[in-house]
Amino acid sequence: MSLDADHPAAARPGNESSIVIVGAGQAGLSTAEKLRTNGFAGSLTLIGDEPDAPYQRPPLSKTYLLGELERDRLKLKAEDWYAKNRIALRLGTRVASIDRVPRCVCLADGSMLAYDRLVLATGSTSRKLPQAISRGLAGIFTIRTLADIDVLRPALEASGKLLVIGGGYIGLEIAAVARGLGMTVDVVEAADRLLARVASAETARAVEDLHRSRGVTFHLGKAVSELLGADRVAGARLGDGTIIAADVVVAGIGGMPETALAAEAGLAVDNGIAVDASGRTDDPSIWAAGDCANFSLPGGGLRMESVGNAIDSADLVARNIMGARQPYKPKPWFWSDQFDLKLQIAGLSRPGDTVVVRQGAGPGRSHWYYREGLFVAVDGLNAPRDYLIGKRLLAVSASPDPTQVADPVLALEALANSSK
Amino acid sequence: MPKIKFLLADGAELTVEAQNGRTLMETALENSVPGIIAECNGSAACATCHVVLPEEIMSALGPISEHENDMLDFAEASRESGSRLSCQIKVSDAMDNVSVRVPAA
Repeated sequence: MSLDADHPAAARPGNESSIVIVGAGQAGLSTAEKLRTNGFAGSLTLIGDEPDAPYQRPPLSKTYLLGELERDRLKLKAEDWYAKNRIALRLGTRVASIDRVPRCVCLADGSMLAYDRLVLATGSTSRKLPQAISRGLAGIFTIRTLADIDVLRPALEASGKLLVIGGGYIGLEIAAVARGLGMTVDVVEAADRLLARVASAETARAVEDLHRSRGVTFHLGKAVSELLGADRVAGARLGDGTIIAADVVVAGIGGMPETALAAEAGLAVDNGIAVDASGRTDDPSIWAAGDCANFSLPGGGLRMESVGNAIDSADLVARNIMGARQPYKPKPWFWSDQFDLKLQIAGLSRPGDTVVVRQGAGPGRSHWYYREGLFVAVDGLNAPRDYLIGKRLLAVSASPDPTQVADPVLALEALANSSK
Repeated sequence: MPKIKFLLADGAELTVEAQNGRTLMETALENSVPGIIAECNGSAACATCHVVLPEEIMSALGPISEHENDMLDFAEASRESGSRLSCQIKVSDAMDNVSVRVPAA
């Protein structure tokens, strides 16, 4: 995927150039914004298949579902921002295909749009339950878009018993919201613990304890054999024969990178759209950012589904399109709000990492992860100071002494100073 | 509609019309105020919407939560006496013509 310096696509796109961005989520919007702030003066088109202008997704499973945040406030930009920045926003528009020669995208309505540079910010989609399990019943939901929440909320309000399939972040956030609405909540997770792919066992245990204390019932290490009901879902049968009654089911069983367009266009796809460290695909005119992009980095492939990654990778791609030639230096961080728990994670922990627990004076605590003796990640559980100090240390590759980390009396500031 | 003046890290100024009830962070984001990133969309989880407000307006803004207080202690730009997370501040008429400084990260 090396790029010849005199390849036409290596040049900084000029005033006559046209850049098309497919996907109007956080990554697509950020790419458009950063192209303008980095001086791109040519034509810029942002295409989204949803009817809504770019909006924040994280509140969908939290405050928006709870009804604490109005729909209008999810919008990332004011309506007139797009015209002011000469960004043609084409909503409700699906891209049918990419014609790499002669560089145009074909829209679902049959029209064509030429590009000099194309950015794929197609995001990810929710994995759906297999038909053998869902049986085409009504009352089964997934969560990714505003439209998903707009149908889920009235269903929750009209129901008393929620079954969440999948003990990941989305499922647990929904479980917390539903308990807040007074619903009975069961969570079925096939793995023997929560957050199996995305957080440590220690953090998962703390989250599990919190949910149990708030009345959520867990079925860990259990799979759903089939959902029950005639037309509407009425419950579920688990693999061990357990029957759970439910009138609404939310499947939070993971996201899949949206790669169909790229694959059909013959671009390399491998757990996402394959891009080099600069964000470029194997076609020098085509780039990818956000959830859909799998970056080839020195440590291996890196694909993340998070707002931080959407913003940072979009920023990188915009700068590189404008000639910066910089590699991606990811600063992974995540957060989740469940009941009164604010979970903040910096870095990427893995099974097998050594975990050091720092117990705060109050209810908060943090988990610090070490791999081969080096600090690699921190989870703050209602511990914003610990989280931010850990994040700072990670940014400068500093590794605090684990015995000091575990000492609750030692001030965190001292910790930052003693790191090597 | 209160007018809010953002004083940017590079010395530039940007005056925008704000809507009562929106947060200061949302106002900044809608108007692409440089330096306000707001990665967590107002959840007070990232501290990338740090601003510095004039002393005289602080009391009109209501108390600061313990969580925000802790976040500010370790925000990327050093905390000052007028430091707040702009996602935790609701715009009101009391903020008309206020100058909001975006600290250099």
